[in-house]
Amino acid sequence: MTVQPEMLTTINGRSVALDQIPRHDVKTFQHIVRREITGGQRAVSFFGAESGQPGCTDLFILLANDEYSELNILSTRIEGGQFPSMTPDCNQLHLFEREIAEQFGLKPEGHPWLKPVRYSGSSIQPGTGDFYRVEGEDIHEVSVGPVHAGIIEPGHFRFQCHGEHVYHLEIALGYQHRGVEKAMVEQPAKRALHYAETLAGDTSIGHATAYCQVVEALSGCKKTVRAQALRSIALELERLANHTGDLGAIANDIGFLPTASYCGRIRGDFLNMTALLCGNRFGRGMIIPGGTGYDMDDARIEELQERLSDGEKDAANAIELLFETPSVLARLEGKGLLPQDICKTLGIVGPAARASGLQRDVRHDQPSGIYRFVQLPLSSWDTCDVFARAYVRWLEIQQSIDFIREQLRAMPAGSIQAEIGPLKPRHLAVSLIEGWRGELCHVALTGETGAVTRYKIVDPSFHNWMGLAYAMRDQQISDFPLCNKSFNLSYCGHDL
Amino acid sequence: MIDIIRARIHQKYRTIRFPDAPPPAMPDRFRGRLLIDTQRCTNGCRQCAEACPVEAITFTPDRQPVVDLGKCLFCDDCKRACPQEAISHSGDYRLAVRKHEHLSVKPEAALELAESLGGELKKLLGRSLKLRQVSAGGCNACEADVNVLGTVGWDLGRFGIQFVASPRHADGLLITGPVTQNMKSALLDTYEAVAKPKIVIAVGACALSGGPFINHSEVNNGADTLLPVDLYIPGCPPHPLTILDGLLRLLGRIPSARL
Ligand code: SF4
Repeated sequence: MTVQPEMLTTINGRSVALDQIPRHDVKTFQHIVRREITGGQRAVSFFGAESGQPGCTDLFILLANDEYSELNILSTRIEGGQFPSMTPDCNQLHLFEREIAEQFGLKPEGHPWLKPVRYSGSSIQPGTGDFYRVEGEDIHEVSVGPVHAGIIEPGHFRFQCHGEHVYHLEIALGYQHRGVEKAMVEQPAKRALHYAETLAGDTSIGHATAYCQVVEALSGCKKTVRAQALRSIALELERLANHTGDLGAIANDIGFLPTASYCGRIRGDFLNMTALLCGNRFGRGMIIPGGTGYDMDDARIEELQERLSDGEKDAANAIELLFETPSVLARLEGKGLLPQDICKTLGIVGPAARASGLQRDVRHDQPSGIYRFVQLPLSSWDTCDVFARAYVRWLEIQQSIDFIREQLRAMPAGSIQAEIGPLKPRHLAVSLIEGWRGELCHVALTGETGAVTRYKIVDPSFHNWMGLAYAMRDQQISDFPLCNKSFNLSYCGHDL
Repeated sequence: MIDIIRARIHQKYRTIRFPDAPPPAMPDRFRGRLLIDTQRCTNGCRQCAEACPVEAITFTPDRQPVVDLGKCLFCDDCKRACPQEAISHSGDYRLAVRKHEHLSVKPEAALELAESLGGELKKLLGRSLKLRQVSAGGCNACEADVNVLGTVGWDLGRFGIQFVASPRHADGLLITGPVTQNMKSALLDTYEAVAKPKIVIAVGACALSGGPFINHSEVNNGADTLLPVDLYIPGCPPHPLTILDGLLRLLGRIPSARL
């Protein structure tokens, strides 16, 4: 008898046969997961899937070993309606377990805060039910949303305050839930790319790329180098537009209007560069399975180079002004602390993690596409505050501009499209992309015919909303907009 | 202070002159409404309709294609599927209409572009329109490009149009998203809270038809399944110029030379 390995090791952008994924009993499964997470691996995805056996549900977990650029997969089969919660030992699983409870009716026994995640098809509305309460004289509750004062997505925030002082914030989402994971399986496949593009509209390129990588992994498609270069240019343009917009929004929230208004416009210039590529400011139509929807000839490359230089000068002018103004720094420094150990515990990703000194970036740790060949320096800062989250964005803006320029200078020749074959039956494919907010994770499982039977999406916001809630502890409630902007998380990306 | 002034000089004056001067050029690859050269269509070929992710293309009994601009995502799928290369996209940014039925168009027919509000409403809102924005599902791209109109490049405020923080201060709603089941009651409450007379503007494929999420049990198929809508702005998401053009048409503020 051969001994089954504990985990199946693979890398980003690959597919593996379902039969090769080790399936353990619950106890062994949890023992391995606990050990690995305590040892420093992080959960990139943890989800349920139909087992095909009545009364049973399969659970899969994907753990990232960033040091070795590896992904480890293991599974278990749950009989009946419950399993022991791992959240008390592995805090980063808290929302995944709530999601499994909501999607598959499995109760994680001992979960400290078991509530619905998206109120999918439920008779109760998001934002209702029990919230964590702080009791005591003069303690009061402030409740905000779902409809906010600006042009913002809906979400509900409950603060437990003593005067201005915030003891606790609980965030309730689900208002944007439109059933995308289910639709990826049930609706015709021709809709799938459009779902990916609209998971979070400001991350259309990121999510579309993550989806396409899944399809390519399942069909054994080899993308051309030119397509990979074009994809990375689009992805970095998306980062530029959003980071610039965020710095403008942060400036706006502290009333520093010069940078606020310049960055608002410069963000538009970066979006227009994406439109130069594909006609749409959000990159719709740019990324398609097998490659890209649009190519660039020399004239277009030159045009983009020119616009990029202008954008660089304008952005530097507006953003350096922000960081050189002492009254601005006074408002950013020391606000909204998210200590590094808490980041690790909660599984925080993206610029928020890097602003707490963590060296965590998919382009670096789990590279796919062109990032396997071109090393992008990792930008991090270690003050864990609003300043750091703003400053890391500025560092990344400069890196992304250099990166795009480098790609444009040496654009690989060749076609932009490769053939997509049929999807392999009974496989699991995983794809990670460093979107501008952080790690996007798409996983697909196929059945006997090769049709997708389960599609699991994790937007970086899914990991990071808890980070915002934590960063608000012991802050002034009037600093909430500022702290919120320093994360700028997605409601629709979380709500799916 | 001196640095702020220096930066101000560097960043220049950037507000577009539209509608008094021509608008900025659209990107050359911009995808406006579908143009179908029906001369090239071979009988009974419906590959465009089959490729469409949201069934935006249908055919009349005499086999003429009709495109629903409320459903259309302005993608490339039908164009790519067409064996005759009969499909292209218009570069025209103007897409806003006043009635749902004006969204369904034969590719060669002119659009019934939005007319201005009539009589009392125009007098009331023509020079000052305060809107409450409600995001009710969708992907936040429409919201992003509505927000852009507030930046210095567009400066929506110069038309007296403003987004306000309370429905009590508003003359109407601007709705994005298909209206998820989870946002339905919040949207209806917000609508109730706006004083009469009030208007509703729906922006983007989701708010017009459900968009890519059309017919999901988790969503309604757009704002007008629940509320009367006065202006429909197609796109996924609509270009900021398309949104601005629609708002100005509604207020009768597009000079007749540019109609
Ligand atoms: S552009 Fe896309 S959404 Fe519109 S009709 Fe063609 S295929 Fe359908």
